[in-house]
Amino acid sequence: MMSSGFVVFRAGVALVLMCSFYRSTEDPLPELSPQQYFSTLQPGKASLAYFCQVGSLSNSVFLEELKEAIRPLQDYGISVSKVNCVEEEASRYCGKEEGVMKAYLFRGHILLREFPTDTLFDVNAIVAHVLFTLLFNEVKYVTTLEDLHSIENSLKGKANMIFSYVEAIGTPEHRAVMEAAFVYGTSYQFALTTEIALLENIGSENTGRAHLYFLHCELASDLTESCRTTRMEQPLTTLNIHVFIKTMKAPLVMEVAEDPQQVSIIHLQLGLPLVFIISQQATYEADRRTAEWVAWRLLGKAGVLLLSRDSVDVDIPQHANVAFRRAEKEAPVEFLVLNDVDLIVSHVKSNMYIEETQEDEDGDEEGPDLAIQDDEVAETVYRDRKRPLPLELTVELTQETFNSTVTTSDSLVLFYATWHAVSMAFLQSYIDVAIKLKGTSTILLTRINCADWSDVCAKQNVTAFPAVKLYKEGESPVSYEGMLGTKDLLKFVQLNRISCPVNIASIQEAEKYLRGELYKDLFSFPSVSVLGLFSPAMASAEEHFREAGKRLRGSIITGVYSEDDVWILSNKYAAPLPAMLLARPREGGIESVPLATAPVQEMVRILANAPLEAFPEITVETLPAYLRLQRPLLMLFSDGSIDPQYRNAALALVRQKQLEPFTPCWLNLKNTPVGRGILKVYFGHLPPLPQLLLVNLHSGGQVYAFPSVQSITEQSLMLWLKKLEAGLENPITIISDQAWKPPLPAFDFLSMMDAPAAQASAKKGAECMEAAEVQASAEQPRGGGPAPRREPPETLRVKHWNRSIAPREAGEPSRPHKEL
Amino acid sequence: MGPLGLLLALALHLAACTRTHRDYCVLGAGPAGLQMAALLQRAGRDYEVFERESAPGSFFTRYPRHRKLISINKRHTGKANAEFNLRHDWNSLLSDDPRLLFRHYSKAYFPDASDMVRYLGDFAKCLGLRVQYNTNITHVALDKDPQAWNGHYFILTQQNGQAYQCSVLLVATGLSVPKLVDFPGSEHVEGYESVSVDPEDFVGQNVLILGRGNSAFETAENILGVTNFVHMLSRSRVRLSWATHYVGDVRAINNGLLDTYQLKSLDGLLESDLGYLALVKDSKGKFHITLRFFLDENNSSQSADAIPLPQDDNDNFAMRVAYDRVIRCLGWKFDFSIFNQSLRLSSGTEFSKKYPLIRASYESKGSRGLFILGTASHSVDYRKSAGGFIHGFRYTVRAVHRLLEHRHHGIGWPSTEHPITQLSSSIIRRVNEASGLYQMFSVLADIILLKENATAFEYLEEFPMQMLAQLETLTGRTARHGLFVINMEYGKNFSGPEKDVFYYDRSVAHVEDAWRSNFLHPVIYYYRHLPTEQDMRFRPAQWPLPRPAAIHHIVEDFLTDWTAPVGHILPLRRFLENCLGTDLRSFYAESCFLFALTRQRLPPFCQQGYLKMQGLSSTKSLRQHGVESRLLPDYTAMENSSRWLGDHPSAPGPLTQSLDSNKEEL
Repeated sequence: MMSSGFVVFRAGVALVLMCSFYRSTEDPLPELSPQQYFSTLQPGKASLAYFCQVGSLSNSVFLEELKEAIRPLQDYGISVSKVNCVEEEASRYCGKEEGVMKAYLFRGHILLREFPTDTLFDVNAIVAHVLFTLLFNEVKYVTTLEDLHSIENSLKGKANMIFSYVEAIGTPEHRAVMEAAFVYGTSYQFALTTEIALLENIGSENTGRAHLYFLHCELASDLTESCRTTRMEQPLTTLNIHVFIKTMKAPLVMEVAEDPQQVSIIHLQLGLPLVFIISQQATYEADRRTAEWVAWRLLGKAGVLLLSRDSVDVDIPQHANVAFRRAEKEAPVEFLVLNDVDLIVSHVKSNMYIEETQEDEDGDEEGPDLAIQDDEVAETVYRDRKRPLPLELTVELTQETFNSTVTTSDSLVLFYATWHAVSMAFLQSYIDVAIKLKGTSTILLTRINCADWSDVCAKQNVTAFPAVKLYKEGESPVSYEGMLGTKDLLKFVQLNRISCPVNIASIQEAEKYLRGELYKDLFSFPSVSVLGLFSPAMASAEEHFREAGKRLRGSIITGVYSEDDVWILSNKYAAPLPAMLLARPREGGIESVPLATAPVQEMVRILANAPLEAFPEITVETLPAYLRLQRPLLMLFSDGSIDPQYRNAALALVRQKQLEPFTPCWLNLKNTPVGRGILKVYFGHLPPLPQLLLVNLHSGGQVYAFPSVQSITEQSLMLWLKKLEAGLENPITIISDQAWKPPLPAFDFLSMMDAPAAQASAKKGAECMEAAEVQASAEQPRGGGPAPRREPPETLRVKHWNRSIAPREAGEPSRPHKEL
Repeated sequence: MGPLGLLLALALHLAACTRTHRDYCVLGAGPAGLQMAALLQRAGRDYEVFERESAPGSFFTRYPRHRKLISINKRHTGKANAEFNLRHDWNSLLSDDPRLLFRHYSKAYFPDASDMVRYLGDFAKCLGLRVQYNTNITHVALDKDPQAWNGHYFILTQQNGQAYQCSVLLVATGLSVPKLVDFPGSEHVEGYESVSVDPEDFVGQNVLILGRGNSAFETAENILGVTNFVHMLSRSRVRLSWATHYVGDVRAINNGLLDTYQLKSLDGLLESDLGYLALVKDSKGKFHITLRFFLDENNSSQSADAIPLPQDDNDNFAMRVAYDRVIRCLGWKFDFSIFNQSLRLSSGTEFSKKYPLIRASYESKGSRGLFILGTASHSVDYRKSAGGFIHGFRYTVRAVHRLLEHRHHGIGWPSTEHPITQLSSSIIRRVNEASGLYQMFSVLADIILLKENATAFEYLEEFPMQMLAQLETLTGRTARHGLFVINMEYGKNFSGPEKDVFYYDRSVAHVEDAWRSNFLHPVIYYYRHLPTEQDMRFRPAQWPLPRPAAIHHIVEDFLTDWTAPVGHILPLRRFLENCLGTDLRSFYAESCFLFALTRQRLPPFCQQGYLKMQGLSSTKSLRQHGVESRLLPDYTAMENSSRWLGDHPSAPGPLTQSLDSNKEEL
């Protein structure tokens, strides 16, 4: 009976709902006398009236809120008025005591409810209360679990239900639920509670301000079966609820046979991503089940479609079983290999992240805050700026002192700029080197700030920061080209203290050199030693070798032995001359490499590859050298030092040259904790360790995992590699080949600059078209008024204000300077 | 004209046989001439400077009459950067010798003109510049010759008939002809160039000054304290340099008269077109202002006392008082007289009539190979930038020299090539120190030419931005893959003679409002293709360049120090990233390591650093900050796999974490 009158205008409400957010213009509150008011009431039409004693102090706060409620209530066909009680026209609603005035909700002439003004504390409360009263029959208020179950049972097999918990009646969430109920109340049964205990009873441990659940009771054919429930995870706003309910109406899984890039379904329009389960004819049934399973998990978060590989004309990577498409218009379809429903769900959730935060910002059209630092180097250097560094350990050079310093002493110079984050991060390592070398080094550690002395830096050919150069008397400066870190730089300084190449005088000395005993005290690190062996006749080869050694100065130690008795070494190490001997302190043993009369360039290459090991431990520092080999990595992830059994197996295979196409290596998570991050990407979680993986970085990006149940032996490893070659194994994942796009958009100053002009012309247009608005805008200056800066776009102004009061983590809060 | 022309032709012919050849001839050994000479000398070019007087900078031996230069000589800025310090040194010329900086020549903030003369003399001497003094070039003509660089030689004839043949002519003669006025009675007017500078000569006098520029105010300033009053009359309203941001307008140091005028201390300022006026000398030798048409109406033979005066009709006429002296301070114009018509050197538009007409490349529109340097080249940026003054034209002269080096010697515009990872730091470095950009804002701009696939770029400094369409032919560099133009600009509606530049809220501090910055700030234009001449010509009004694909304003800074990590560098990086469609963040080696094993592609910073074994290590303290800021995941805390997963049900994987985690801070 009560609801009948509302059905009529419900159809138009969905639209109104959307519009009502954007209208904030205030409507005047009609002020009527009681007589006038009652004469305007129409049968079936709801109206809210605030009765107010003339002359008494009116409740201005309430009136403000009431005014704001006019427009939203009007959208639901409810009129709002203020009724002035004049003495001659006393009405019973006028109350007896002054000041205790109430608002009344009527339908036609029938009083539905009276509200003390304090229950209508704000516009949300007004709308929520009014709609709650009007929708009394449609939104069941429940307080006990039995109530809820009885509603649930009554709906089974017939209709679905929307159940929500709100902290209190009259909250914004309550209003959002009521607005949704107004639109969808005829399609779904709504139930509402404020009892938190009830929520706990249905098994939701997550308690917050408000929750909304969709109970799929229509599907429950059996009374004993409870309705499947989907929880809405977004915050309860009218828009979010609308989107959520829309997705509930959509089919669970849709089957498509077209290019996933072209597919357009309701989810995309609602800003939700799409997940395509790629199916084949042979596995259709199983795929369909998977898709449904995924769809239930992602209900309300993403659209799930079943894409038939056979009937699509699109190039789908062979191993891909899932395709993912973000809701953004231009977003490309990503093909993924995800062998677990959990992985699909977590992938979707992690990719929805941006959209969720955007909603959180509540109408902030610009999205993420562009002023938040996302450069790890810049941010960490900035955060560390107040920590004093022992800069006094290095000599600061200036234009005046630069030349005299570098010409009078062997000096290492760091060229940096104080405003350059990468420079400043490296400065810390540089100072660490100074600390380590304190009092021991003959090389002077200096630095020059190119922000101050840019012309000095330019004269030294330093065009990029940071740069390190070693100036030695009588030699042209050597640029440091290693890692910007303490370890490598220290090595560079130490290696530069010995002559290059080392001239070995006797066989005894050569042996000592190869054992690494010659410079034992000098180095704090184990280093590969290279010894070139030449007979006195091989002058040109020796020259090339010396030149190559010089070029690599600072990264490896090279020695030369070319005495007459060089054949002793040549015979001992089976190295036909010319040759070089490699002594690896880490592996032990001495390797010989024949040196044909190669040109210097080739010699440099051979020397540069000399430190590469047959079965290296991969670390952050060593990886790039091995990546250059362009081979798939056969990598064992180990938590701690490597299992000797595997080590032996791998080395045996290496010796048999079985692993030539690969780079066999291992990673110690204790030394390289970032390995955990890598495993997490490969597996989605941390797998049990050790874990042997084949990572095909350079062609295709497949990652294969050695079955962890098997033990790794020479045989099992070879068998597995054969299977891989034969294509019998599926990769656990395919490494993304996504390009590195800008992490966030930039300020679009071009359109901001266009905006004032466009706004001016738009304003003119509006004046012509809308007669109603002429009056409002007549007070504003017409086109050609003050300069644009005096009339910034309103939205921008509001935004500043918000931003300036918001505490900012990164960066000092900036304030406009008033130029004292 | 007949016999004279014949004589001239004969003289030329004679000279042709004996004339000396120079690749470059520079007219005038003032600041611009010497600047060009210094650059030619360093480049080892065949050049000669011709100077009429016996020493360089003869203009400064006479002017300014009251000897105080109004170009600032700021000797302390608190910064060591020599290039930055040039931003506030308005008198030095460019050289490699730090001893040739003006601050070694004067301690005064507004130095004495004789110090400038001494400085210029030293500059020429120390650098050993080839200057022929006491050489008055009286005639310049063109001699067609297909062999010549420009299809013709410039023939310079000296007063004694000696002639020079020049491939390129660089005219740096300044503005040497005082601007005169012509109205009845203007013969009674004294000129700035000859008027007494001794205040004693003005005691108790009523003085009228014609003009409203710095010379007029300078003259007034000198005598303000001893005259009865000074009236200043000019056609248009006074323009104050602090309101127009143009150094050629009236500087605050000269504005004593504005003060006394506004405080009603008898001095005053009036506007009227001088062409309507007439000056009448009465029997007592005093001057009366009247209108020209009164004279025209009446018989000019009338005695002075009978000439009608405006106050006869209009008894409160402002200038009804009689003056003891009338002084003309109307500035100077270019001396066109020595240039033969064949050079087609004409004067500029109505707006800048006192200057010869030239292109934005400073080359004459009439003849190729003729360049105007220095003050006379100011038509390019008259009333806009500093091209008419030493601190501006020292850079435009250098730009001309760079153009010539490319045109005649095949040496491309100097440029440095960098990997793309250096893009934002190259820009930051320049906007913080570059003096040419700062002084010659909106005239000279830095250009970044992108290489294919935007993996590297070339950086060109201080290119005349109005010539952008011809960049490739003028510099010898190619711009096929997009370019950035780095310019400095004032706010579009901020400066102007009638503008209030002190209004509340005049400065912008918020990064997103940077486009509304009013004070000089860097603006970066991005073009996918080099703009065409058409684009340049039809650019939007008030825009120095055509509409770009994207634009970035670095927000104005009170200290002009644009190195704030979040306020300046971060928005710049975002702009560059979005223009290039790539990620320009810097990463520690550990992050690059993760990317190298989990992504098929790497961000440029990792590609150009880490993969080349030049990764950036973090230190303990930096790592800790990284973990705190959630930009770096704490891998050691990932120990317990199931816990880690459970703790962050909706946390993105580590791969996206570094991209997105910042948002968690919101």
